[in-house]
Amino acid sequence: MASEVILQVINVSKSFGGLRVLNNVNLSVKKGNIHALIGPNGAGKTTLLNIISGLEKSDNGEIVFKGKSLRRLSSYKRARIGITRTFQNLELFSDMTVIENVMAGMYFKRESGFIASGLKLRKVRKDEKDIANRSLQILDFFELSHKKDEIAKNLPIGEQRLVELARAIASEPELILLDEPAAGLNIKETKTLGILIQKIRQDMGITVLLIDHDMELVMKICDFITVLNFGEVIAEGEPIVIQKDPKVITAYLGEEF
Amino acid sequence: MKKDNALTIFVFSLLILIFPLIYKDTYLLTIGIFIGINALVAIGLTILMGYAGQISIGQAGFYGIGAYVSAILSLYFGLPVLLSMLLAIVVACIVSIFIAIPALRLKGHYLAVATLGFGEIVYLILNEWGPGGPSGFGDIPRISLFGYTFTTSYEYFYFVWSIVIIVMIFSFNLINSMTGKALKAIHGSETASATVGINIVKLKIKVFILSAFYASMAGAIYAHYVTFLSPSSFSLFYSVMVLMMVVVGGISNLWGGVVGAFIITILPELLRGFKELDVLVYGIILTIALLFVRKGFVPLILEGYRRWLQK
Repeated sequence: MASEVILQVINVSKSFGGLRVLNNVNLSVKKGNIHALIGPNGAGKTTLLNIISGLEKSDNGEIVFKGKSLRRLSSYKRARIGITRTFQNLELFSDMTVIENVMAGMYFKRESGFIASGLKLRKVRKDEKDIANRSLQILDFFELSHKKDEIAKNLPIGEQRLVELARAIASEPELILLDEPAAGLNIKETKTLGILIQKIRQDMGITVLLIDHDMELVMKICDFITVLNFGEVIAEGEPIVIQKDPKVITAYLGEEF
Repeated sequence: MKKDNALTIFVFSLLILIFPLIYKDTYLLTIGIFIGINALVAIGLTILMGYAGQISIGQAGFYGIGAYVSAILSLYFGLPVLLSMLLAIVVACIVSIFIAIPALRLKGHYLAVATLGFGEIVYLILNEWGPGGPSGFGDIPRISLFGYTFTTSYEYFYFVWSIVIIVMIFSFNLINSMTGKALKAIHGSETASATVGINIVKLKIKVFILSAFYASMAGAIYAHYVTFLSPSSFSLFYSVMVLMMVVVGGISNLWGGVVGAFIITILPELLRGFKELDVLVYGIILTIALLFVRKGFVPLILEGYRRWLQK
């Protein structure tokens, strides 16, 4: 499979005070892959995701998306060119309804001005209707359309995660970053999530870069795995290779094992 | 929900229409006009606070710019009143852009202090360079529409409240639109808003301009209604009063601004009987209200209405 690279992380380093969280990290995500980023707690995974999505700045190095450097792009601009994400500690618009959350994900596609909105021009109404319809389709995909009018924070955690995922999908990204999507989910929910992630890739053609601690999920759905430990890439390869890599086993289980 | 809004505005408009027909009292009408003027400022701040999560303790600044610029243009430059009002609003909006760009990078208390500073600057400028200095100036022309000049309280009452109703409809449309959802999203989580492509800074600036628009429009109407201006009407006290209106009315609903303006404007009038103790009683009442009606009176009224429906 010689598919093209959609995202490149080149020599990225990041320190918080004296603590070096990422050290010359290099990583390539191929288009259409489900790519996992794993590693013990504190390995710098979330920081790397934050840097890719523009929420944090790297000290040096470069993020290249579809051949273009993201250096000068702030977070919302990165979303507009096709990178969206979900969060480990949910960042839902908690006082809005489920469908409003998803609609917000589509806002930038049909932005209209204050005056047009205040005067409720025909175009504004049509755009909103289109967005509502499309959002409903997306909720259907996640089997959540029956809960569309519920306030997001009243849903169970598992469903909140799906709403967040639906919102990220609504922006029609080419690359989606998932930060521990299975955290707080039970076995059954995790299984459903795995199937959904695969469907997102297959049906929508979205490349996935995900962090998770659930090895069963990671090994099952991912095409490629990068292992981080103390801010450095210690191994990468296909799941079967990673499972047997002695360095990875040591990182996870300690020297004596 | 949207149909409810339309119905509420319709019923409200009817009330406004018949009020002067029942109460033919100039004093009551005058209070009614001031409630309307204050409501315009408060609606703007309600949107800014409740829907964009920003605070401003400088609305008196925009209110003052609206009043002074419009008064000066019509009185000293002989421009038609409506044109002066329009230009005053434009000036206030332009000023608001320059305030918003640096100020909205700040959050919470810092933003509050920055806007407070802006309000004080305007107040000082009016004191130092405004016509008549601290004692102000008069003879400001009255509003005239198509050659017809407003002279009675009735005319001003209907004029002000027509504008309030138009502003309410415009604002309801805005907050129910996708733009409104984006604003609510920013209020919910700025981080998440950015990662779904919402340009937070741009939207915040726009809301800030909108609040300046409403405040300066109110100021311009005020100038051509009372026909006399002095800086004291545009001090920090007014900004705080508008803030009180919004908080007392409730920031979660646009009606909060109107209800808050009603309560805060009418309260000193009701307390006239207390003579010099009125400020004390005023303070006690507001403190109690804020302690027990934390979300404001509009949510309280809505809750009561719902219970009443269920009975």
